[in-house]
Amino acid sequence: MSTSQGWDADRALARIQELERLPGALLPILHALQDEFGYVDKAAIPLVASALNLSHAEVHGVVSFYHDFRHEAPGRHVLKLCRAEACQSMGCEKMIRHVEDRLGVKLGSTTDDRGFTVEAVYCLGNCALSPAVMLDGKLYGRVSSDVADFLIDDAKRHS
Amino acid sequence: MSLRIYVPGDAAAMSVGAEAVAKAMADQITSRRLDASVVRNGSRGMFWLEPLVEVETPRGRIAYGPVTAEEVPGLFDAGFLEAKPHRLYLGLTEEIPYLKKQERLTFARCGITDPLSLSDYVSHGGYRGLERALTLTPQAIVEEVTNSGLRGRGGAGFPTGIKWRTVLNTAADQKYVVCNADEGDSGTYADRMIMEGDPFVLIEGMTIAGFAVGATSGYIYLRSEYPHAFRQLQRAIAIAYDKGYLGENVAGSGKRFDLEPRMGAGAYICGEETSLLESLEGKRGQIRFKPPLPAIKGLFGQPTVVNNVISLATVPIILDKGSQYYRDFGMGKSRGTLTIQLAGNIKHGGLVEKAFGLTLREAIYDFGGGTASGRPLRAVQAGGPLGAYFPESLLDTPLDYEAFAERKGMLGHGGIVVFDDSVDLAHQARFAMEFCAVESCGKCTPCRVGSTRGVEVIDKIIANQDRVQNLELLGDLCEVLTDGSLCALGGLIPFPVQSAIRHFPEDFDKPAPSPSAYRPNRAQETQPWH
Repeated sequence: MSTSQGWDADRALARIQELERLPGALLPILHALQDEFGYVDKAAIPLVASALNLSHAEVHGVVSFYHDFRHEAPGRHVLKLCRAEACQSMGCEKMIRHVEDRLGVKLGSTTDDRGFTVEAVYCLGNCALSPAVMLDGKLYGRVSSDVADFLIDDAKRHS
Repeated sequence: MSLRIYVPGDAAAMSVGAEAVAKAMADQITSRRLDASVVRNGSRGMFWLEPLVEVETPRGRIAYGPVTAEEVPGLFDAGFLEAKPHRLYLGLTEEIPYLKKQERLTFARCGITDPLSLSDYVSHGGYRGLERALTLTPQAIVEEVTNSGLRGRGGAGFPTGIKWRTVLNTAADQKYVVCNADEGDSGTYADRMIMEGDPFVLIEGMTIAGFAVGATSGYIYLRSEYPHAFRQLQRAIAIAYDKGYLGENVAGSGKRFDLEPRMGAGAYICGEETSLLESLEGKRGQIRFKPPLPAIKGLFGQPTVVNNVISLATVPIILDKGSQYYRDFGMGKSRGTLTIQLAGNIKHGGLVEKAFGLTLREAIYDFGGGTASGRPLRAVQAGGPLGAYFPESLLDTPLDYEAFAERKGMLGHGGIVVFDDSVDLAHQARFAMEFCAVESCGKCTPCRVGSTRGVEVIDKIIANQDRVQNLELLGDLCEVLTDGSLCALGGLIPFPVQSAIRHFPEDFDKPAPSPSAYRPNRAQETQPWH
């Protein structure tokens, strides 16, 4: 997860320059920016466009196409909840509602205290151990509502 | 020699505590001053037993599982290093019926070797396929793959050798090999397992593909939901470069092959090969019109082989043992082995590599042991979110591309998701349309607009609003999607929808739920960019 110190054009430029010569550099650059800041700030668009000789519209089009790229800083923890079929068959919808109720957010949003961003994801490749979730890049399996509570409490203790 | 203890470093094993188990093992080794080491192998694919710990003994590897970190000191006390009995004792790993009944060709090494040890890889038959390929002409390599009957394991089942021949016969200064590792279908994880558990086999397969078609550069397009596999691939590729198996002089052959992993960004559609290529080029993952085929005009406009992970990871054994060896497994036009992934509400979920021909029932009951919940099985979805829902009466369908197609289903990437009797197929049909709406690339109207209309119509059907007319409307909509969509997403989304209606009509004929009881799930809202 990013340390989220806020947008910084110099740091962004440094990351862009590391990667700009790769063939098809746009996705690697956007990932690097999200890695650095936790999201892709709109101020990055002209920088990326100019580095890759693209129009602002082209870069914006790519950023907005992919589910991964966030347009604003996420909470301190990012919790991705799988709601694909294998997880559905093991009751993920119930667990997801529990998490939504517990944190007081809907999928795709961040808690008011900026503690958690909760996102839907369609398959984490852990379908024999459903329901699956990913917390700050780490995969968990057989996540009942109780396990989800445990993960949330544990993350809170460490933030 | 120091004793080896195996604790999987596979992401699924770690999702249920393998990391803590490995640490507890290391702690015990230190505190007890033992001459032993912990190897982080891939998973054997028996996920209900994960974390599955193995210990090397003169008799063979002995398994214990599922192990928790708390139980590790007790295992040492019980003498598990000498294969002594314990509550979690499972006996010789190879004798566990689930594994013993399989025919592991592509997954021959997965779970057995240290995934990042090149010497382990080579001593278990690795790079023998490449060695033989280097004695053959490109035409002969392509011939070998064609004769093996290998078909694309990504979903469409297109013969791999034919793709390769087209690329070989298209002249260009630069050609590419692209591995489609955008394993987005729910119920599938075979690609992830092989990339984490035996990454060199993929590297070897891609290298052979490169030599066969005259490509010097390769990319692995990996979905971002697999960060662990991405790191594993990066490490394995770095090792292969370091040891001369990648780069300007592969294995001393004087031939070049470069390989780079690239991360996707959460778009299901990028598993479609032309969207994948657009994405690799740094564009929106919108599909391309075909023709031209990627084999003629692919990545950066150059001839490109695009194959699934499992297809490419199967190439080394075909080259090593010969096409006839591989062909001899399987049935009809489906040759070789299929990597079945048992998923969802299943007692013994896991990877089953078997010759084509096993029936769904055998896979689900003989291997999978029935539902995890213990309730009656009601529906099975094979082939991912675009696959049909089959009822119990179709469970005798053999796992074979043609047999599934005959029953208006799809085998796809081999994922099998089991549902018990708590499933509501009207909701599953709605989800299929909703998923299509979330993941549509937006290029063609039937998929972009039709999927949203599909959700609305199914909502009306569930709410018992002009049900008969709306079911007819849904049928028309599905026809438009099937006939009018540019790619498989829109084209196949009617499969789950129509199979649900065909096989489970009672779920579309219930009284309307009260508004408070019916809470349809909303897709993740995309935030508008201001």
